[in-house]
Amino acid sequence: MSEKKPERREFLFTASYAVGAVGVGAVVWPLVDQMNPDASVKALASTEVDVSSVQLGKTITVLWRGKPVFIKRRTPEEIEEAKAVKMEDLKDPEKDEDRAKDPEWLVMVGVCTHLGCVPLNDKGDYNGWFCPCHGSHYDTSGRIRKGPAPLNMEVPKYEFVNSNTIKIG
Amino acid sequence: MSDQEYVPKSKFGKWFNDRLPLLTLASHLTEYPTPKNLNYWWTFGGILTFCLITQIVTGLTLAMHYIAHADLAFESVEHIMRDVNYGWLIRYIHANGASMFFLAVYIHIFRSLFYGSYKSPREIIWIIGIIIYLLMMAAAFMGYVLPWGQMSFWGATVITNLFSAIPFIGEGIVNWLWGGYSVDNPTLTRFFTLHYLIPFLILGLVVLHIWALHIPGNNNPIGIDVKKPSKDTVPFHPYIVIKDGFALLMFMIVFAFFVFYSPNILGHADNYIEANPMVTPAHIVPEWYLLPFYAILRSVPDKLMGVVAMLSAILILAALPWLDTSKIRSAVFRPLYKQFYWILVADVLILGYVGAMPAEGLYLLIARVATAYYFIHFLMILPILGFKEKTIPLPLSITDPVLAGFPNTEMVKKKESLN
Repeated sequence: MSEKKPERREFLFTASYAVGAVGVGAVVWPLVDQMNPDASVKALASTEVDVSSVQLGKTITVLWRGKPVFIKRRTPEEIEEAKAVKMEDLKDPEKDEDRAKDPEWLVMVGVCTHLGCVPLNDKGDYNGWFCPCHGSHYDTSGRIRKGPAPLNMEVPKYEFVNSNTIKIG
Repeated sequence: MSDQEYVPKSKFGKWFNDRLPLLTLASHLTEYPTPKNLNYWWTFGGILTFCLITQIVTGLTLAMHYIAHADLAFESVEHIMRDVNYGWLIRYIHANGASMFFLAVYIHIFRSLFYGSYKSPREIIWIIGIIIYLLMMAAAFMGYVLPWGQMSFWGATVITNLFSAIPFIGEGIVNWLWGGYSVDNPTLTRFFTLHYLIPFLILGLVVLHIWALHIPGNNNPIGIDVKKPSKDTVPFHPYIVIKDGFALLMFMIVFAFFVFYSPNILGHADNYIEANPMVTPAHIVPEWYLLPFYAILRSVPDKLMGVVAMLSAILILAALPWLDTSKIRSAVFRPLYKQFYWILVADVLILGYVGAMPAEGLYLLIARVATAYYFIHFLMILPILGFKEKTIPLPLSITDPVLAGFPNTEMVKKKESLN
């Protein structure tokens, strides 16, 4: 046997494995990707809400992408309380101004950032929200203050279409 | 082994067996030499096989009536309960069957822990068993989602959200698992598919589990190697078959008690409320068989570390054959291990209890201590104990302690004085 032959063979094996791996990957990817959110799910990505009937201090809950969204019309005391919090006291520091464009309206995804339960309104040690599943406390700006949740409740992309309507998403 | 010498008596049998040796397999299974001192804790393998078959048969029949759609699933389950002939019976057997399955598997696992069945040369049997146990948990969880009640929905939400603890890619994985931005119809249909698939994967692994068992043969209560076949063994049939059969009957009485007298006691009333993504039930708890791990999850205040601790608690079992450094298998001859064993049993029961309680105050403190102890048992006590413990001398054979030289000299004296 010559010295060169095994090298040629090795090259052919390696090349075959590489082509084979690409082929397997190309076949597996559609099988994996079919589980991702599909076109019909993505199509429901925005929703418009009429907030004209929401009283001061009240919260309404609407469904957006299958998740509850809290829309709270905050009282001046609640706004003041949220603004008075020092950044050092927060696990996930975020200013209230950055969370509520119009301080009277707090719009956020009503899903606990721990394991996805829906927190209860006007409960907990910080007069905001309390998650009954594993005991996370949120303040009047929806920021995590105590408990296992790592992050503040998410503020989705939203805008006021007019003074009475909020478009989420 | 004697299997090779097996020759079918009939001519057709011989013709068939030469082409496909099923009769040789049947002969091996009936003749299979089994230690004659196996106690009733050894009957749970057979009981578990019964549980698996029960779940497959009742599951297949339920699938003929169930509709995997977010708008129809809840109603179709009520339809099974009220309209389908014997639907209530089949569903109650299936639902309680899951609990019975876990009851039996926990006894089976703790039997292994007591008698050291996971040690060399049985590590592969043990690891296959742990994989089966993981698949059982996956199947049970997904099955619990199918009725699409409040507990189904929120249980699915909480458990799938465990993956969101993974840094950077967590959220992408969760959306992929859901097929959307929350638990919804796409989640239900894929859970149904996987719930249907997993029992058959388990069935395949059970075959491997038994195959791996038949290489070294059964461990036994005194944990010594047994010569096979010898006067220390009996053939599987009829001796073990009869004993397993009797134990199975006893087990079925317990099973039937739950099915006929308290079919809902192990479930949650909240699951008779249809899933509502806007409202989380006040008190979410998993099914009883997952509670110890749930307690471990909640006892860690950090989200990622909580998930890591919970998964480690299960996966640490796979490393057990190497964490336990003692060469002696049975706790009968390990006076210290025997005590730590019972402390572990108590620890797991305590974890189960606090897992069902709210995660606050004293319960949280107890959960943290019990979680710490769980890991200390496997990571510190077991490795050290193998070197430090003074064990009791092993008998030479199973028959030995009965005929003479019983390890407990007091007993021998008593016997002699009686004679």
